[in-house]
Amino acid sequence: MTILEVKGLGISFGGLRAVNDVSFSVKPGEIVSVIGPNGAGKTTLFNMISGVYVPSDGSVSLNGEDITSTPPHLLAARGMTRTFQNLQIFHDMTVLENVIAGFHLQERPSILGDLLSLPAARRRSAAVREKAVAFLEKVRLAGAASEQAGNLSYGALKRLEIARALAVGPKVLLLDEPAAGCNAVETEEIDTLIAELAKSGIAILLVEHDMKMVMRISNHIVVLDHGEKIAEGTPDVVSRHPDVIAAYLGTEEEPAHADG
Amino acid sequence: MDAFMQFIYSGLTVGAVYALVALGFTIIYNASDVVNFAQGEFVMLGGMITVFAFDAGLPLPLAAVLAIVIAAAIGVALNKLAIEPARGAPVVSLIIITIGASILIRGASQIVFDKQLHRLPAFSGDEPIHLLGATLLPQSLWVIGGAFAIFVALWLFFTRTLLGKAVLATANNRLAAQLVGINTGFVMTLSFALSAAIGALAGVLVTPITLVSYDVGVGLALKGFAAAMLGGMGNPKGALVGGLLLGLFEALTAGYISSQYKEAVAFIVILGVLFVMPQGLFGAKKTERV
Repeated sequence: MTILEVKGLGISFGGLRAVNDVSFSVKPGEIVSVIGPNGAGKTTLFNMISGVYVPSDGSVSLNGEDITSTPPHLLAARGMTRTFQNLQIFHDMTVLENVIAGFHLQERPSILGDLLSLPAARRRSAAVREKAVAFLEKVRLAGAASEQAGNLSYGALKRLEIARALAVGPKVLLLDEPAAGCNAVETEEIDTLIAELAKSGIAILLVEHDMKMVMRISNHIVVLDHGEKIAEGTPDVVSRHPDVIAAYLGTEEEPAHADG
Repeated sequence: MDAFMQFIYSGLTVGAVYALVALGFTIIYNASDVVNFAQGEFVMLGGMITVFAFDAGLPLPLAAVLAIVIAAAIGVALNKLAIEPARGAPVVSLIIITIGASILIRGASQIVFDKQLHRLPAFSGDEPIHLLGATLLPQSLWVIGGAFAIFVALWLFFTRTLLGKAVLATANNRLAAQLVGINTGFVMTLSFALSAAIGALAGVLVTPITLVSYDVGVGLALKGFAAAMLGGMGNPKGALVGGLLLGLFEALTAGYISSQYKEAVAFIVILGVLFVMPQGLFGAKKTERV
């Protein structure tokens, strides 16, 4: 059973072919990582899957339905959301409010009740607040709930973004370098968190540079180089694949060329 | 002292109108980073449409509602036909588009309506009210009260309702808003409709005092822009304070220096703000952490 299916996805920027004919699929509860050297097209691939870029060709389907180039807000409603490598946080809101914003689609507002602050509306807000705090506890940020989000450290903001994404209630979660800029302890915490999320049935698609983390938690790895998929498989298979080793370390002939 | 109070009253009245125009600037700026220079035209449309609908025999309240609805529809059209198709263009291009739209609306109004000055009857008569040694027209109370009511209603909308919060979230970070499922395209359209409706309402309220013609929009847009800059672009509280202050400056300048210098006040304010505190009275300094 596949929840996310990417078929022949490609995009060109002017004459540059940034991603070409990439296909793979993700099952519920599975952690699939996309790796590759810098500039391999990992983030571009993410941007196409999550509706930020419109692909030139290929298709993306979620639960068997075609979602190619669906805008992000509609993808959120269908159960797919993401985090960004360079963070997309509501800086002027508090940490708690950021997570509460994640519940946007689940709110059933009544304009009159909200304007008059009727008991029913207040109860609803309190319930959402409680759920948001629970997500903050999950990412160990409950203590910073009332702080302005803009004041948090980079690592904390990374976790806040994950908490907000969880509040959306995703079936598929795309994480773009969740451990970038985090120290060893924070990385391990994120590591555990991702494994927990997968266990709860969420399909996770991950872009990450920390190879130790990728090898430890992934069920399946897709390797990109120069926009093309060069290998795919379990961590074991991928780490021994000659093309992958060549892409990361260079081939054996290359030094010879350099000498000559 | 009596003269002083008289200047204060007239300053607050005209300041309330500037505040509403500045509020229109603020709402669209927050949703899209665009400074909408067609904002003054919405005030003009509010006045003109009400005048013509009233002269055609409609009761005044109905004529006013009609004017506000039509102006809001034109605001939506401006977004859908001119701003949205240019999405991705630099903000400066979008601002120039609004200047073009402003010229178009003005030209069309000149053809659809006429070039005359028009007036509306005051809503509650012309009997001046004596207050603290000076006189105040009942219509001034309508203008000040109307502006106050709009600010309170919007404050409730933005702080209490889900839709209002979605607008704030979009203003804060558009991409993040999309990620949590907010339809930011709709928020843009709503902002244009809201701004246009507020502008039109200001036009309806002020026409009995200042009269209206097809070309009053330019001046109002400039004054509203100066008020928004003074208060801090993007801050509704700043729009209110900036508008009232600008109105008071103008009235006091006209009263104590010369009415010839009245028009210069807005420009001096713009220059002063840019030189001394570009972020305005309530504007936040923008910093982006990498």
